[in-house]
Amino acid sequence: MDAFISLANGLTIAIQPMNLLFALVGVLLGTAVGVLPGIGPALTVALLLPITFKLDPGGSIIMFAGIYYGGMYGGSTTAILINTPGESASMATALEGNKMAKAGRGGPALATSAIGSFVAGTIATIGLTFLAPFLVELAIQFGPEDYFALMCVAFVTVSATFGDSPVRGLTSLFIGLALGLVGIDILTGQSRLAYGVPELFDGIEVTTLAVGLFAVGEALYVASRRHIHEEKLEPVRGSLWMTKQDWKRSWKPWLRGTALGFPIGALPAGGAEIPTFLSYSTEKKLTKHPEEFGHGAIEGVAGPEAANNASAAGTLVPLLTLGLPTSATAAMMLAGFQQYGLNPGPLLFAERPDLVWGLIASLFIANAMLLVLNLPLVGLWVRLLAIPQPWLYAGILVFATMGTIAANPSPVELMMLSAFGVLGFLMRRFDYPIAPVVVGLILGPIAESQLRRALSISLGDPMVLVQSPFSAILLLIALVALILPFFLKGMGRFKAAED
Amino acid sequence: MTRRIDVAGLVIAFILLAIAGAIWWDMSSLSISSVYGVGPKAMPMIVAVGLAILALGNAVMAFRGELPARDSLDWKPIVLILGGLAALIALIRFGGGFIFATSILFAATSTAFGRRAIITDLVIGFVIGVVVYLLFSKLLTLSLPVGPLERLI
Repeated sequence: MDAFISLANGLTIAIQPMNLLFALVGVLLGTAVGVLPGIGPALTVALLLPITFKLDPGGSIIMFAGIYYGGMYGGSTTAILINTPGESASMATALEGNKMAKAGRGGPALATSAIGSFVAGTIATIGLTFLAPFLVELAIQFGPEDYFALMCVAFVTVSATFGDSPVRGLTSLFIGLALGLVGIDILTGQSRLAYGVPELFDGIEVTTLAVGLFAVGEALYVASRRHIHEEKLEPVRGSLWMTKQDWKRSWKPWLRGTALGFPIGALPAGGAEIPTFLSYSTEKKLTKHPEEFGHGAIEGVAGPEAANNASAAGTLVPLLTLGLPTSATAAMMLAGFQQYGLNPGPLLFAERPDLVWGLIASLFIANAMLLVLNLPLVGLWVRLLAIPQPWLYAGILVFATMGTIAANPSPVELMMLSAFGVLGFLMRRFDYPIAPVVVGLILGPIAESQLRRALSISLGDPMVLVQSPFSAILLLIALVALILPFFLKGMGRFKAAED
Repeated sequence: MTRRIDVAGLVIAFILLAIAGAIWWDMSSLSISSVYGVGPKAMPMIVAVGLAILALGNAVMAFRGELPARDSLDWKPIVLILGGLAALIALIRFGGGFIFATSILFAATSTAFGRRAIITDLVIGFVIGVVVYLLFSKLLTLSLPVGPLERLI
């Protein structure tokens, strides 16, 4: 098996002491920042990008892998203990998890979420190991028109198909695409929408956008409604350990959650929100203890948590094999690769197998580290949650501006950061999704160059886009996925029904 | 429940339309210079047209009053945080240095979140600033903006 050999090579890279250290730092940082309310893994990676750009790419990317999984774990801790999920993927966990914590069963809730994440993460990473080489084989044959069509599917699914409102999702996406236009056009050297500002010639920095939207925007939003909403931290009482009964009720939801999460994450279907809620409603239907749902049923934590982690690993399939990010966190990972001049895709598998397989192997290691470290360290994470809110957000803003200052100490860059903060605040207030903006900014210029490449090969004949059967089918899928939600107004509303 | 026209929604729709207009106007000043296929104008055209259509969609939602419900809003903390950011930008622009800028932003944000201990928070922000400055400039060899204080360290 080729995948085995590649993975074994990856493992020899990942267990080098330096790389183990990077993975450990990533896991700890990711969990620590992920635990902070309102901060997800996307922001964690965005905050760290400017600081790591002088480090060696292999080590940094391994660290990002640790952050990716660690941030996910930290987010669920917050969801269980204070019921303010940092990201939409943890919303399903909060439903039952917070009830369990209120009933004094916070320990088992955290345990089932940690062990479930480990089981799901490991199975899904094995899935990634075997699926990736197949997709790479396939992707080698793709022409620019196929890539363009793939990106159209990603655009539509990320923004329109699975959100609450396709119009709002598409609005976010197009704001991102518009921001992606800024800068000098590579093919002709003409500047677009830069208005002579030198900071804009290279385009808008993804990290500036992400940190502005997520960190500054979140701080403004929380501050503006502090008078309405007080958070309450549930102390972890009683035993951390799961009883025999808990194990019995958890293992099937773990596996079912994995089975839902990985394929949906691997398809460009827009992040972890759908599988987690699908898993929640599945467990609610299948449970032998329906009376406990709504009052803290362990199945309702085990399933969605597994689905969340499995889909996180699934998201790495299109990211690594096709260079296609389908969530804000994946978009930040892509930005992390680009910072070192690396472009994920079939070529990277051929040119830098050490890097790709080192990363995949590190995912296994990060996953195991999380399991070993996090349950003993839960007291530390809880103490992080107890930081007074004013200091917490003051600290977040200091670190947010610091990253920008370290990367580019220019007042213009900081003004852009503040402006994106205001944008993020307004989008939260008016309920526009934020991930499509980030995906639009990073994927828009790539989609444009693929489109132009396809059309220049065909000497300007637009029929090239539908002549390859693959791209024709993908464009059809994108079209259906775009139009369908307008007819099925009820779709994607199952979230509201679960509350 | 009577549905009322949502003024804020209309403003959003208008802003989207204005952005679409700005992109179109910027695009029309480009000169086409690719021989085959589409030039640098195609993508701005797609984005501008898309934004204009979405402006229409948002306007329809606003007229129908379909925007999600919003909570009441407290403006003071927003002004404080943005003020802190403005002070930070000004200090860095005019050579006040990283540490003072950080200290002010920390205190402003903390006040925005309801703390009433500005002096203490200025000191905390100052200490964070010093630690970060040392960490960055000595350990990571990243250069942060220097002011009078940083030159002393």
